[in-house]
Amino acid sequence: MNAPRATIPIAPAAGSAGGAVAKVPTFDVFTTRKDEIVGWARKFSIFPYPFVTACCGMEFMSVSSTIYDTDRFGAALPRFTPRQSDLMMVVGTITHKQAPVLRRIYEQMCEPKWVMAFGVCATSGGFYDNYAVLQGIDLIIPVDVYIPGCPPRPETVIDGIMQLQDKIARQHHVILKGEF
Amino acid sequence: MDTGWIDRLAPRLEAALAAVPGTAVQRAADMPVVELPAAHIFDAARTLRDDFGFVMLVDVTAVDWLGREPGRPRFDVVWHLRSLDAAERVRLKTRVDEAAPEVPSLVPLFGSAAFMERECHEMFGIRFAGNADLRPILLYEGFAGHPLRKDYDIHHEQPLVPYRDGVAPPRSRGTP
Amino acid sequence: MNARLPNPVRAAFEPSNEDDGRVIVNIGPSHPATHGTVQIITELDGEKVLRADVHCGYLHRGFEKECEAHTWHNLIPYVDRLNYCSALINDFAYCGAVEQLMGIQITPRTRVLRTLLSEYSRIADHITCIAAGLMELGAMTAFLYLMTLRDYIYEHLADLTGARVTYSYGRIGGLARDLPAGWLQRLDHILSVEFETYVGRIHGLMDRNRIFIDRMRRVGTLTQAQAVSYGCTGPMLRSTGLARDLRRDAPYLAYADLDFDVPTGILGDNYDRYVVRMREMDESVHMIRQCVDLLPAGPINVDDPRCSFPDKGLVYGEIESLINHFKLVIDGPRVPAGETYLAHEGANGELGFYIVSTGEGRPWRVHCRAPSFVHMGATHLMLEGGQLADVVPTFGSVNMIGGECDR
Repeated sequence: MNAPRATIPIAPAAGSAGGAVAKVPTFDVFTTRKDEIVGWARKFSIFPYPFVTACCGMEFMSVSSTIYDTDRFGAALPRFTPRQSDLMMVVGTITHKQAPVLRRIYEQMCEPKWVMAFGVCATSGGFYDNYAVLQGIDLIIPVDVYIPGCPPRPETVIDGIMQLQDKIARQHHVILKGEF
Repeated sequence: MDTGWIDRLAPRLEAALAAVPGTAVQRAADMPVVELPAAHIFDAARTLRDDFGFVMLVDVTAVDWLGREPGRPRFDVVWHLRSLDAAERVRLKTRVDEAAPEVPSLVPLFGSAAFMERECHEMFGIRFAGNADLRPILLYEGFAGHPLRKDYDIHHEQPLVPYRDGVAPPRSRGTP
Repeated sequence: MNARLPNPVRAAFEPSNEDDGRVIVNIGPSHPATHGTVQIITELDGEKVLRADVHCGYLHRGFEKECEAHTWHNLIPYVDRLNYCSALINDFAYCGAVEQLMGIQITPRTRVLRTLLSEYSRIADHITCIAAGLMELGAMTAFLYLMTLRDYIYEHLADLTGARVTYSYGRIGGLARDLPAGWLQRLDHILSVEFETYVGRIHGLMDRNRIFIDRMRRVGTLTQAQAVSYGCTGPMLRSTGLARDLRRDAPYLAYADLDFDVPTGILGDNYDRYVVRMREMDESVHMIRQCVDLLPAGPINVDDPRCSFPDKGLVYGEIESLINHFKLVIDGPRVPAGETYLAHEGANGELGFYIVSTGEGRPWRVHCRAPSFVHMGATHLMLEGGQLADVVPTFGSVNMIGGECDR
């Protein structure tokens, strides 16, 4: 279930000054292009599942609203069911009582899925280092981007979304099982 | 802040509760404090509600005095009541020891007692006789121990979900 | 369904085995309408809610245990995160309780500033409650209008405190810093222009909206007797018609010097709670303006070495201040042994702190009397007998804030 996703090495974009990637006419050209196109489409149409628990929810509401507006990134339209969403934004503290719920909802999401740890409580437990709080959601689910802050300013959240978009763009997107 | 009401209220409380053995009424800086044995809490609360107008149970909590006052029972159980017609408050206190931490439940008198007694029970282990529903409310099923007791280590976590393979458990300053 | 994940709660009732059409539906805890931290297990007959079992605690973060492990000063960030929608009220209530136990009188300027900022925070809290409630009914426009207004308030408070949501601005004996230049002018602009514009639009969209009234009037009704018995305070109690408000009944801070009304409702239903909160926001604006007029000049921190940090220049210059500063940071302010209970009128009702000190720089016990937690005990009364669709607006009108409810 948690098998690492295969990723292509981070190669400089074709035509950039950074690398000398010879254009070899192999089948890789098609898979690379497919990954770029699918990555482009996926990164600009993120359907978040806002798993909101605590104070970070206030900044989540702010970043989704008019002044900061995640809709510019295609990431505003929440789907409150894991079946239809692809980004789980874990916003706020996750306690041990909430952990089974978080895990279950993560398992109910379909591939491809990403997880964002929004705020320090989701990242590492925050300053609640005690019996009640899970010390970071990456103990129970894999996390793709961590956004620090208590709570993070909306600009930080947007920075995190953009970094996630870069990550999605670089990923290898499996459309069909097996080699294509 | 006008505190003249405390001086007016305290003698009336003393008079009303004089028949209850072991009762002491003190005037703290913020409100009168009535200390009495656990067995008489229910009747005292009913007297306060019906005769003195303390119609709202504001808070139920406890204090663990482990190690501080040897010879005295371990727990203070504290109720705060409030009158809505006059801006008056009163604090009810009793002490119970570790071996038999039981006090009467005030659920028949005040609806707000239900949730608050559940919290006090799970945090301290105080039993509220007469409250049929003492399920955990802030903690979860399967949590062992009473976290607000002084001998419960703050870092002692009881995870419900097993951690992922290959992930190091968080460094802990206490025993896992 | 993953069988190995345990169920953290036990329901109060089991599904019935008879063929009577009753079903058990679980709402939450990860649900937008329950603010992500409350689980309501309902027994339904068709769409009608027969029984509701409310489970909170999914955001229990061990606040009271943390209190015993930190100094009185270091607790202030934890206290902020109780009712995070109106964090300044928590700060001032906690600092007020410690000051009461220490016997400290705050300075006149701080007295008025704390009042002003408490009311400002109350506005932000009511905005959040109403915005979330309206969004859950489907009124996205109203939500976005109110969020824009709230963002202006957050940025304004960030100018003062350095943070938008959780401020850590209260200090035992005073405040963290004084008002920056131009802050009051911006405040006047927010209250006169932006508040009037956006909240005026909400009034226009909602107050006489047929659909809104149909969904909120006579829904989620709480009687006065139930409210009193179940410990409801704040807008919950006032919506039933009982005008009880700590700011007027037992005035603290500068409330005795202010002129304000205590709005009440009639039936104790969702619509009444909406109206009470909208009117309370107007009263808060009125109170803030009075506070600006009353604001005296002077220091904000009381000159008491037991709790106030000495000036930094002195700390680096003379040994007494250095030791004072060191002791305050390492040991914490020494609060005399004893106990006290202080309640402020939070946005949700009576927010109380019961603190027990043994004379040290760390508390022996801090207990937060959270209005949201007590209101959760009364929520089943409002849900039972209603429709499933009414669970959402009713729960929204209770304004359960997870940090405060679960502590």
